[in-house]
Amino acid sequence: MITIGKAINMGLRRALTEDPKVLVMGEDVGKLGGVFRVTENLQSEFGEDRIIDTPLAESGILGTAIGLALRGYRPVCEIQFDGFVYPAFDQITSQLAKMHSRSLGTLKLPVVVRIPYGGGIGAVEHHSESNETYFAHTAGLRVVTCSNPNDAYWMIQQAIQSDDPVIFFEPKRRYWDKAEIDEAAPSLGLHETRTVQEGNDLTLISYGPTVRTAIEVAAVCAKEGRSVEVMDLRTLSPLDLAPVFESAQKTGRVVILHEAPTFLGLGAEIASQITEECFYSLDAPVLRVGGFNVPYPPARLEEHYLPDLDRTLDAIDRAFAF
Amino acid sequence: MSELQLVQILSPEGELLTDPEYPLEISTEEIRALYRDLVMVRRFDVEATALQRQGELGLWAQSLGQEAAQVGSGRALIPGDYAFPTYREHGVAWAKGVPPEKLLGMYRGINHGGWNPHDNDFHLYTLVIGSQTLHATGYAMGIQRDKSNNAVIAYFGDGATSQGDVNEAFTFASVYHAPVVFFCQNNQWAISQPIESQTKVALYKRAAGFGFPGVRVDGNDVLAVLAVTRVALARARAGEGPTLIEAFTYRMGAHTTSDDPSRYRLAQELEEWKLKDPIARVKSYLTRSGLANEDFFADIEKEAEAMASKLRGDIIDAEDPYVEAIFDHVYAEPHPILEAEKNAYINYLESFAEGDMK
Repeated sequence: MITIGKAINMGLRRALTEDPKVLVMGEDVGKLGGVFRVTENLQSEFGEDRIIDTPLAESGILGTAIGLALRGYRPVCEIQFDGFVYPAFDQITSQLAKMHSRSLGTLKLPVVVRIPYGGGIGAVEHHSESNETYFAHTAGLRVVTCSNPNDAYWMIQQAIQSDDPVIFFEPKRRYWDKAEIDEAAPSLGLHETRTVQEGNDLTLISYGPTVRTAIEVAAVCAKEGRSVEVMDLRTLSPLDLAPVFESAQKTGRVVILHEAPTFLGLGAEIASQITEECFYSLDAPVLRVGGFNVPYPPARLEEHYLPDLDRTLDAIDRAFAF
Repeated sequence: MSELQLVQILSPEGELLTDPEYPLEISTEEIRALYRDLVMVRRFDVEATALQRQGELGLWAQSLGQEAAQVGSGRALIPGDYAFPTYREHGVAWAKGVPPEKLLGMYRGINHGGWNPHDNDFHLYTLVIGSQTLHATGYAMGIQRDKSNNAVIAYFGDGATSQGDVNEAFTFASVYHAPVVFFCQNNQWAISQPIESQTKVALYKRAAGFGFPGVRVDGNDVLAVLAVTRVALARARAGEGPTLIEAFTYRMGAHTTSDDPSRYRLAQELEEWKLKDPIARVKSYLTRSGLANEDFFADIEKEAEAMASKLRGDIIDAEDPYVEAIFDHVYAEPHPILEAEKNAYINYLESFAEGDMK
């Protein structure tokens, strides 16, 4: 059994071994092994030139990663916490995302930006945000997130192999979740949605840290005689919604669950697309369960902010009430 | 900044001076070639400005007055040295061999870049002020890892020195000893803001705080710029880390063709800088030293006119981009959503039976 954090470490290690152009860079990623120990022992194995402890400057990390990529390297940048990515926002959205397009396809920018995201760890301000929508809204970026160790192991490698920039969101409160991983071959491509468990009465869509919540919700629903199909999006940009449409057409009811604020969140886009594609199959409007449209609250209030089992069950009840 | 100390090899009057710290080995032929560069770059800029005034370009950022800073530093580079420009480095592009008409693409609205940076080791123009200094530093870190004998030069202006990215670039380059030269053209004005609104100390002195040398050079003296940049590049290649060069020059034109400097600066200032013109002093030196005659100057004028005429033809004849270009190249790898959007829009256009929407 391997944790998500260790699985990413193993994925990085394999990518570093297989391709000498792969670099890891960020604050405290070397000697310390990262504040979550995701890059533990990589510097002692691959050296300071490849596992780069950077100055404390996020824009600097991303900006120099772009330069390294232009020189033929494949940097994997770590942003220590979700709320610290904003100083690098110009470099990610205006520089990294647009350079391939501006160069009419002549420049490749294979940069991965790892961001531990989401709440639930009792942290101080700026350490619990789910800011994936900013990046999913930016053309030129790919955005993915893992929910389990096997995906963590494979998706980080697939992200590194991509010739496009990839924002790789890691569900930090699930870093210590354990499961077996299959080191032989990945079960899915980077941009594929997974049906976690099948059901007939309602489709529950989630990604990242709330996939586990969704599985727990489905178990409770099963006891109540409701068969819930659980889907793990995995890829937030581009979205892979074909299996979602198929599921919605089968169940007629859809609930979307994520930690990010529901206002203009991924759930809004997905609900809109389901309405366009599955209008005549729906028995209820697509409902969303997520964070409020507020700054992430202090830790002693975060249980009220985070969409949990009960709030999701409540939404499911409402979906069935139509 | 009361007392102006700067490296100078060719005085505004065209007298050849010597600076023991920056000895310059240069042949007459090379000086004549530099003169040609300066004239060609200015003629190019004049033509582009005219093209904007005539509606052929949406905007133009003039390099007028900064030719020596750009040509001198650009000609100090050796093959494999990579340049990261702002949006005004037409003279560096010239020195690097980028086809002049390519520089006009983004100003005409044909593209956002339009040349392959790897063809000439000259990166795309960057409009977000200072961002490219980090790209340059990262590229230099790559050179370091490749153990290659090259260096990088990062261009930026006086206004950019207030940006966080420039200061982060200084920090990264310093702690990693990255082989990068920071080339700041202090043209005295960031649109309407004079240098005094950006800094309380001479810009070159900022380098000391980051732990690397800074030098101020007469940015209108092509020989001094060449000499100083060569030394900085040699330092970088020798693994001694970055240098900050402050090329003290003047933006003789507007910030861009959309700007009106008469609202914020005195005409007298421009008149004073005209006496330090970067081209006049080389011509004066060549003439007085008998190293060039009237035929030489006339030939270059003729060549410049021909270049300008070709540029005009090239840009007016340039094809507008095809509609699909909106979608192409956003991603390097296939992207199903963009494919779907593109196909839907093309089908929409084709649904107009007679109209040629493209």
